[in-house]
Amino acid sequence: MRFAVTERDTALAEAAAEVLAKRAGAEQIRAGWPGGRTESVDAVWRTLAGVGVTGALVPESADGCGLDENALPPLMETLGRSGLPVPAAESVAVGAPLLAAAGAPQLPAVLGGSALLTVSLTPDAPVPFAARADLIAVPRGDGLRLYTRAEMETEPVDSIDGSRRLARVHAPSDGGLLLAEGPDELAVAYRRGVLATAALLVGLAGRMLELTVAHVRERHQFGVPVGSFQAVKHALADVELAVRFARPAVLAAGWAQAAGDPETAVRTSMAKILASEAARQAARTAIQCHGAMGYTTEYDLHLYAKRAWALAADWGGPTEHREFVAQRLGLAGTSDCTGEEAAM
Amino acid sequence: MDLTWSAEEEEFRLEAREWLAANVPSNPLPSGDTREGFAAHLEWERALFEARWSVVSWPEAYGGRDASLWQWLVFEDEYHRAGAPARVTQNGIFLLAPTVFAFGTQEQQRRILPRMAAAQDLWAQGWSEPGAGSDLAGIRSRAVRDEQAGGWRLSGQKTWTTRGAFCTHLFGLFRTDPEAERHRGLTYFLVPLDAPGVTVRGFERLDGDEGFAEVFLDDVLVPDADVLGGVGEGWRVAMATTGSERGLTLRSPGRFLHTAGRLLDLARARGPGSHRDRVVQSWIEAQAYELFTLEQVTSIVEGRQVGAESSLNKLFWSQLDIALHEMAAELLGPEAEVDGPWSRGFLFSLAGPIYAGTNEIQRNIVAERLLGLPRR
Repeated sequence: MRFAVTERDTALAEAAAEVLAKRAGAEQIRAGWPGGRTESVDAVWRTLAGVGVTGALVPESADGCGLDENALPPLMETLGRSGLPVPAAESVAVGAPLLAAAGAPQLPAVLGGSALLTVSLTPDAPVPFAARADLIAVPRGDGLRLYTRAEMETEPVDSIDGSRRLARVHAPSDGGLLLAEGPDELAVAYRRGVLATAALLVGLAGRMLELTVAHVRERHQFGVPVGSFQAVKHALADVELAVRFARPAVLAAGWAQAAGDPETAVRTSMAKILASEAARQAARTAIQCHGAMGYTTEYDLHLYAKRAWALAADWGGPTEHREFVAQRLGLAGTSDCTGEEAAM
Repeated sequence: MDLTWSAEEEEFRLEAREWLAANVPSNPLPSGDTREGFAAHLEWERALFEARWSVVSWPEAYGGRDASLWQWLVFEDEYHRAGAPARVTQNGIFLLAPTVFAFGTQEQQRRILPRMAAAQDLWAQGWSEPGAGSDLAGIRSRAVRDEQAGGWRLSGQKTWTTRGAFCTHLFGLFRTDPEAERHRGLTYFLVPLDAPGVTVRGFERLDGDEGFAEVFLDDVLVPDADVLGGVGEGWRVAMATTGSERGLTLRSPGRFLHTAGRLLDLARARGPGSHRDRVVQSWIEAQAYELFTLEQVTSIVEGRQVGAESSLNKLFWSQLDIALHEMAAELLGPEAEVDGPWSRGFLFSLAGPIYAGTNEIQRNIVAERLLGLPRR
């Protein structure tokens, strides 16, 4: 028993953190919104690719880092904290290793950061970053297929988080490269996406908490910092509590996926539930503790909060994952009944 | 990262499981917070001690097994899984003992620990006073030097003392320097409750048991040998104990995992769909508490300080315990108010956010020490 990430699994996150600290701030998030100059985002992404981020789960034989899912929580938490508007979970955790396994010719461009790759496993849902990605993988028949954007019809959709660059996509009836098929392969891909998104949420929650702590230490009312009031302290302590209890669940899900633990599916859902709830709580508490400033777009907080709302619902929201866990625990029968019926 | 138990830990688990299966009373004991229940619990405590399960993490010389923290967690898990009785000796074993190990002289360790492990001496915590609860540094009970007798004369009143009416000894804080401010000038004393000048009056808690006591001290002579840590060092010595009370020692995950398991059984028995979203959430939170604990134990085993983080444990488990029991009440419907394990557990869970430092104090600690918010 040892519950702590190894140096091997944090090294990549640390390298990414160094790049992000120098080159990715709120300005880069704004650049990802429609009308922004995404060149600066793409440049950061290529630099991250240069330190190995895009190839985290790609085998060394295919020019990746050859890491396993244990590396995803620290890496994705770091990326989440930065708010960099890229399909991090979709490309790093889900797409790139599938491209490598399928021997896709586009892999080098994805690993180099010059081709932006996004993935959705949910049929008919708007696909994040599809409005600006070069490569898009979506379900087709009973498999996941990869297309270039030119091969697809894409119809941009406005999102509360404009930097997500959502689009509805229509894949052609034939063509595309088969990346994964069958329930087992798709389940592995899905769990990696859920895990990575959970870790992004932990990072976002941490970032919002950090911004809020800095604000309430500085902001004075009634002659004292507002952070000295217990009402504010207790609200932020509860956010810290939620974040600190979500993080181990995310680490455990990463370990379970890498180790092939029999409880992997439940552990993965738990991670997403706790991380989504923590990020939502962080977002609403952060906005509240900023007062009216938190309800503006001039201040940066909304950029992180909107990402958190989007990701909390993506890759299965808490209720959907709890439903799945309920089935695993034998709590869901064939017939559902309402609370009212149960009481009778 | 490795979330599997070693062969050695599994072997330890099996040994504990077998012994518990053969020895845990088949009918639940009456509450240990009543006089007759306490006696039944003592018998159980002595059986645990005879088989060397009462203090597994202590050195063998004092009745333990030199178990690692991991083995201790395994034992706790098995203990709760087996539905074994609540530990009426816990305030001594889990609160005082860590302090005796850290601050006691060799003579004190030899005199106090084996009798505590064997449930011969039963220890109550004497901290709160009528005017000093959350504001513990505001205590007024005092100790006056008696040079001739080679000790101190204690006077004052302690209250809300858990199981004080049934215990034999008290550990508590007393003011030895009346001039010193607040947390300065306090000293940690060990007091036999049958000493001349001590009066104990038990009173009823919210759950109906006589689990609380007031302890009145009137010029009680305590020899120097029963000062724990240095004179005037009481606050520092006592804070070491709060760390154990809030953190791992009192609330291992086993208890909540077991309650969550019972909640699942109840939900399954009530039929499909019964509040399953909230049942699952409660179950998940119990798992999250275990994972947090495993992370924390790893830190401790590897020599990192836990410190103010123990406030996170306390906030989480105390809220979780209430949530689990409230959920059970909803599943039980009209049966919820009937006296039984769930209703009793519920009443007990309500004390969680109060004892060991109220949750309001814990949130202040989290905000000030972990987040760095200003004190005033």
